[in-house]
Amino acid sequence: MKLYCLSGHPTLPCNVLKFKSTTIMLDCGLDMTSALHFLPLPLVHSPRLSKLPGWVSKDGTIALEKELKECAGRVFVDSLPEFCLPERELLDLSTIDVILISNYHCMMALPYITEHPGFTGTVYATEPTLQIGRLLMEELVNFMERVPKAQSATCWKNKEIQRLLPGPLKEAVDVWTWKRCYSLQEVNSALSKVQLVGYSQKVELFGAVQVTPLSSGYSLGSSNWIIQSHYEKVAYVSGSSLLTTHPQPMDQSSLKNSDVLILTGLTQIPTANPDGMLGEFCSNLAMTIRAGGNVLIPCYPSGVIYDLLECLYQFIDSANLGSTPFYFISPVANSSLEFSQIFAEWLCQNKQSKVYLPEPPFPHAELIQTNKLKHYPSIHGDFSAEFRQPCVVFTGHPSLRFGDAVHFVELWGKSSLNTIIFTEPDFSYLDALAPYQPLAMKCVYCPIDTRLNFHQVPKLLKEVQPLHVVCPEQYTQPPPTQVHRSDLMLELQLPPMPYRRCSVLGLPFRRRYERIQLLPELAKSLVPSEIKPGISVATVSAVLQSKDNKHVLQPAPKPAPAPPSKKRKRVVEESPEVRAPKPLLSGAVPLEPSLATLHKHGITEVKVEDTPDGHILHLQAEDTLIQLEEDGTHIVCDSNESLRITLRDLVLRFLQKL
Amino acid sequence: MPEIKVTPLGAGQDVGRSCILVSIGGKNIMLDCGMHMGYNDDRRFPDFSYITQNGRLTEFLDCVIISHFHLDHCGALPYMSEMVGYDGPIYMTHPTKAICPILLEDFRKITVDKKGETNFFTSQMIKDCMKKVVPLNLHQTVQVDDELEIKAYYAGHVLGAAMVQIKVGEESVVYTGDYNMTPDRHLGAAWIDKCRPDVLISESTYATTIRDSKRCRERDFLKKVHETVERGGKVLIPVFALGRAQELCILLETFWERMNLKAPIYFSTGLTEKANHYYKLFITWTNQKIRKTFVQRNMFEFKHIKAFDRSYADNPGPMVVFATPGMLHAGQSLQIFKKWAGNEKNMVIMPGYCVQGTVGHKVLSGQKKLEMEGRTTLEVKLQVEYMSFSAHADAKGIMQLIRMAEPRSVLLVHGEAKKMEFLKDKIEQEFSVSCFMPANGETATIATNPSVPVDISLNLLKREAALGGPLPDSKKPRTMHGTLIMKDNSLRLVSPEQALKELGLNEHQLRFTCRVQLQDPYSDADTLNRVYSHLKSVLKGYTIQHLPDGTVMVESIVLKVSSSAEDPNTKVVLLSWSYQDEELGSFLSSLLRKGLPSGLC
Repeated sequence: MKLYCLSGHPTLPCNVLKFKSTTIMLDCGLDMTSALHFLPLPLVHSPRLSKLPGWVSKDGTIALEKELKECAGRVFVDSLPEFCLPERELLDLSTIDVILISNYHCMMALPYITEHPGFTGTVYATEPTLQIGRLLMEELVNFMERVPKAQSATCWKNKEIQRLLPGPLKEAVDVWTWKRCYSLQEVNSALSKVQLVGYSQKVELFGAVQVTPLSSGYSLGSSNWIIQSHYEKVAYVSGSSLLTTHPQPMDQSSLKNSDVLILTGLTQIPTANPDGMLGEFCSNLAMTIRAGGNVLIPCYPSGVIYDLLECLYQFIDSANLGSTPFYFISPVANSSLEFSQIFAEWLCQNKQSKVYLPEPPFPHAELIQTNKLKHYPSIHGDFSAEFRQPCVVFTGHPSLRFGDAVHFVELWGKSSLNTIIFTEPDFSYLDALAPYQPLAMKCVYCPIDTRLNFHQVPKLLKEVQPLHVVCPEQYTQPPPTQVHRSDLMLELQLPPMPYRRCSVLGLPFRRRYERIQLLPELAKSLVPSEIKPGISVATVSAVLQSKDNKHVLQPAPKPAPAPPSKKRKRVVEESPEVRAPKPLLSGAVPLEPSLATLHKHGITEVKVEDTPDGHILHLQAEDTLIQLEEDGTHIVCDSNESLRITLRDLVLRFLQKL
Repeated sequence: MPEIKVTPLGAGQDVGRSCILVSIGGKNIMLDCGMHMGYNDDRRFPDFSYITQNGRLTEFLDCVIISHFHLDHCGALPYMSEMVGYDGPIYMTHPTKAICPILLEDFRKITVDKKGETNFFTSQMIKDCMKKVVPLNLHQTVQVDDELEIKAYYAGHVLGAAMVQIKVGEESVVYTGDYNMTPDRHLGAAWIDKCRPDVLISESTYATTIRDSKRCRERDFLKKVHETVERGGKVLIPVFALGRAQELCILLETFWERMNLKAPIYFSTGLTEKANHYYKLFITWTNQKIRKTFVQRNMFEFKHIKAFDRSYADNPGPMVVFATPGMLHAGQSLQIFKKWAGNEKNMVIMPGYCVQGTVGHKVLSGQKKLEMEGRTTLEVKLQVEYMSFSAHADAKGIMQLIRMAEPRSVLLVHGEAKKMEFLKDKIEQEFSVSCFMPANGETATIATNPSVPVDISLNLLKREAALGGPLPDSKKPRTMHGTLIMKDNSLRLVSPEQALKELGLNEHQLRFTCRVQLQDPYSDADTLNRVYSHLKSVLKGYTIQHLPDGTVMVESIVLKVSSSAEDPNTKVVLLSWSYQDEELGSFLSSLLRKGLPSGLC
């Protein structure tokens, strides 16, 4: 059993597990942090961005003014943003049988894999994961396609040139493998390969392996996966949360007793407490509005935003924000808000019980009804007509490289009255803001990451008791910026097996058993005998049938009826029939009872001679010897076959057959 | 012999008060717990005293499963759990859990508040009963306990309707509840995988009907409604608040829109809006088309259909009214019917099945004079139309489901005996499986023949697979030999050697030695050669070796030749073999005793 690690990003994993002749991809995360090396894509022409100076190396030998622009001491690529894909050379992607998706953030690289020539696998995901994942992909494609960029920069990727570039561009790895965003057509084709599954649904793969999604408590429809046969169990834990937010709570008990637990997707901000961040978010928002400023929240169109809106729903009136307009701008804003209300089965208990009333589970329905929250597909169209300031805007993309957020940073960046609040933890806010410097706008960093932290993991593992833990290497050492914080790493009794991009791990498994079915006719024919108290054995002679990785034992066909004895004599010189092999024998043949039995058979002239290891019985009239020892019996009988058979059966009577 | 027992307490050769007991692998499960619309006395509920004479049911049942929210499937639930007494788990899907208590409360109100019955369940009892409900998701495998697991499949009959698979070990039962095999305007079609249950318990409401195309039925329906409205008549459509009502509302709404009609359409009771809200929140349970477009246009927001007020019934002019309940056995639909029955311009359209004993059933069977409560009679002059819109599978659909699931036997419930009889013959003929149709209180016993799961050591399996070659050869089946160790509750099949080792037993070697005298006037070496050639020619397919140390080995049996001390022409062949080679050893000794043929070199 092997694990191929195709992504080095701990929260956007992409691993491939080879398990009992099946090849299973676990998640398909897309590392978008590469986009931070690119210039933002403005929705409307930005004089500032277009006037940025081109970059020329200090000695003037390399001039890439067209491709690279400088802003506040950093160099950015002036081209459509590109993403860092999962490794595609480590193994043949066309051999992948299935892809298991844990949550909608971890499927963004799907089109790059499923649209790879030769891919014939199936993708398994829950319905919310599919629907919201689709929205995230559609939003991404829309952000990219509505601002076409003629130029495509490639020269800077040249190894010789990249070496000479200033950091952090210089340190970027594998830049030649970076790819542009996929098209809507590719998204549709990729998602058409998704097969929907529900929590605790047992999905059989080729009869060999069973996979089951379990609630992971992180987002709508998010799942951990159990991959198991009858004897081996791998738990894949990715993006799990023990906090009570809107999704169904995490199912921990089903993770118990796994041989290997693959642990990915822990919190990216282990030092921030989500509840505290939520409080800070609200107070900064209120402060800015009261001072007459605007608030920008760069965010994804689904996920934490539901919690933020719920929090604001309770907060608005007490903070006297009743008249402040809240805008949610995304090409999928409406869909996201609508979809959130129809997944009752996937929500926490108290949201579920609202649906029984029947009431919408999320209070943003009421915010929309009362006109406090308005949503628009983009800043163009209706929005520009209804736009009132000061206001609060939720919009994407959190990287600040594309989407409507770019426009608002440009628009509000010059005034210190305005505030940008970062809630998504995926991008460093300093890097996100780098191409907008100098910036007067206030920046508040309130990352909300509800995923497991380093204190919760040991407790969880103690509860579920896996034999081995596999995790990204980042979790086995303190963060590079805080090397003294040994509390920000996993400290487990049994050290975890670390992996990095391109690792291939052999997982410590010893498969010893397989499930087989005895057909009822066979089971009925078995004759068990008790060997020790509570332990019985039976000899099984049967025909094995294996089909679709399922094994069945059926009774051996009856031997053809024996030909009449006369005929047999004539053809006696044929090979003996191959019969079932004889069982192994165990036990010992005791002396006295043997003699008694011989006596019963009319063999009375027996001379017993003691030897160091047992006895020798001389059957004098028959000229036959029986040598009895503790672990062996030897019958020396020359001419009389029927006597030999009698003696054989007599001895067998004392022995156990296996 | 393991067996599965199925006993209907209701819905056995009947429609109404569905309640089926199943015993499987030592577990007892109650499937549905419904009421009978045709009765107002004790017969309205299933006879739970069948389970036990004295008291509570908790210890006799492992779980209760409700297939959908129709009262003939869940109407007796609070009575069973709170008045008879049951505290175990009750499983139903989310939409059923949401809607069921509302219909129960409605039922309670009609029975207690309007008819003034006492000794009926209370609102509190409904609430307490619903607290025992565990929601089920589609395709989720729910472990009721260590051995019993259940799984729900989409049934398409009403919002949240489910079929359930019940599994204990290798034995399983599928209960269909009510289902529909053709998608309609708001629901999808029932689906199940090839799960090969031992018993498929299927409804058979339309056992003998093969319905014409749905399009025709819809056109007929619209035509009749339209004609009546055109001539100024009133149309009453008795429905249950949830289910067919939404289907027909979508149908009329689109027709009114298209034809630009002005006659008002009303929906009785305040339930409508609430009901439609459920459909909006549980949109994932509707059909593909509605699910796909709900963000742009929600099909359950009606423009032409408005809430009904009791006073509207006397308004002049045409109108269409959807009124509850569906079988005209009580409530608003019956009140409106009484008002409109005398006018031949009006029409009542019964869109679904009516249970015997209900006014709906009497009207449909052509009765023109109805005896009402208080010894009054009602003359029926209005036109009566029956149009089957209930989302049940017809005969074709039932056969289709059987083909899908491939059960080992079929058991019919929820239908009329005569029709069942017909379908039973058809099923037995077409699928050659046995088909049962027990009456209420009658037990059908189905013998199962489960195979026994065993853990086989991988070594043994691999060795066997390697010997057997890549493909099984049906002509030369290989017999595998192993030892089954039964300890505690585990069954493990290992090689005999491994079994000895694991059980800490010593192996006992049983050997045989046999000296055979031959008259063979050659040297010892030549005789050995002659023995070798002889065996070579007789034993095909055996490993026979002539070893340099002056022995011949046949498989693992050693043969040696020596001359007799007295007579050099008498040779003694010494054979020695272990018990594992008994057959071959015995064969060889007998063969050699017959001497060597002369033609050997």
